[in-house]
Amino acid sequence: MIALILRDLRLAVRAGGGFGLGLAFYLIVAVLVPLGVGPEVQVLGLIAPGVLWVGALLSALLSLDRMFALDWEDGTLDLLATSPLPLESVALAKMLAHWLVTGLPLIAVAPVLGLLLNLAPEGYLWLLVSLALGTPALSAIGAFGAALTVGLKRGGLLMSLLVLPMYVPTLVFGALAVIRGAAGQAVSTPLALLAAISLGALALLPFAAGLALRLNLR
Amino acid sequence: MSLWEYANPRKFIETTEKLVPALSVLAVAALATGLIWGFFFTGDERRMGASVKIIYIHVPSAMMAINAWVMMLVASLIWLIRRHHVSALAARAAAPVGAVLTLIALVTGAFWGQPTWGTWWVWDPRLTSFLILFLFYLGYMALWSAIEAPDTAADLTSVLCLVGSVFAVLSRYAAVFWSQGQHQPASLSLDKKENVADVFYFPLLVSIAGFILLFLALVLVRTRTEIRLRRLQALDARERMA
Repeated sequence: MIALILRDLRLAVRAGGGFGLGLAFYLIVAVLVPLGVGPEVQVLGLIAPGVLWVGALLSALLSLDRMFALDWEDGTLDLLATSPLPLESVALAKMLAHWLVTGLPLIAVAPVLGLLLNLAPEGYLWLLVSLALGTPALSAIGAFGAALTVGLKRGGLLMSLLVLPMYVPTLVFGALAVIRGAAGQAVSTPLALLAAISLGALALLPFAAGLALRLNLR
Repeated sequence: MSLWEYANPRKFIETTEKLVPALSVLAVAALATGLIWGFFFTGDERRMGASVKIIYIHVPSAMMAINAWVMMLVASLIWLIRRHHVSALAARAAAPVGAVLTLIALVTGAFWGQPTWGTWWVWDPRLTSFLILFLFYLGYMALWSAIEAPDTAADLTSVLCLVGSVFAVLSRYAAVFWSQGQHQPASLSLDKKENVADVFYFPLLVSIAGFILLFLALVLVRTRTEIRLRRLQALDARERMA
């Protein structure tokens, strides 16, 4: 399983694109919003938590369709299915690899983008904490969506239709934690719920994703 | 005599042959009674005026929009556990009906909100969760139509329905957490005193019965169509093999 994660990490770094693309996309979203909304710092400060979270959602979505699709095309997935490692563990490994490749860098750059969007100073810590707690759920839910649509020719668009509604609870609690934190209010409730979603998704969705992979490989 | 007899497509077609016309007649009768009674023979509400009459479409369609998803969930479980094809096809047949009911609830709600709240749309938990439910219906239908192999499609959409149900419920509570409600709380319940006056209550009940019957009739018709379509595809495949 660890070998699988390392392989995915190596592929993401070496093949180019996969690694930096999500980050570049996140940056572009954060740059486009002020251009669309206008440069008033107060307005930007108000919407910054939501924009940063929606941007994280979208850039996590961006790299999902290559999660299983490449392995599906060149037959790696068939080999993984016949290996002693159960497909549920393969799904979990893919989730973790996806999180390391897209989730972790997002957390690292988010404060810089927060600066661009004039996030209130009290919000930075909670932005980091909420992204750290919430992005694993994004990877887990996304892996499930990718596993469902892996057999399809043009599954990317369909997958975003399936995955984005499931991102709603994560987005709500994540953005709420940052909004409350930036306003100096208590943040423990949304953070606890966010952590609950992430842990629940990581515990249960590998089984759903593994089942979907098995059905697609049948 | 058990429920599982109807898992046989032939038996299902035979039984529903007689059931569909009966259900349709009853649905039309109940809807006509409920709606005409409600629209023309009840007074206007004191504050809302005539716009209160939207209740006879809004409430039943909203109820059935959720119940349709629950029915799909049960049918998906039956398919995953007992592999009855009719069950998977019934879930597929219910999805567009449920989606349209959700849309009706949203649109009538907008028409009702305009005169009473002064706006077509507010980001209220109930409205938001219905919009999200609508998106779930769209995704479910899109996945069904995207996959060619019928059994794989049935399996994958069933898994999506199970996981989607969990997230739909989560979104509902997330939305409650996220915004203060403008929508009034539930007006009907089995165990509490109703907060709808009797004048509106009885036509509403008839109308709800009409929507339930209509839903059943539509789902049965669509399931029959799906069964016949599947049979046609099987015949077609056999012909090409020969």
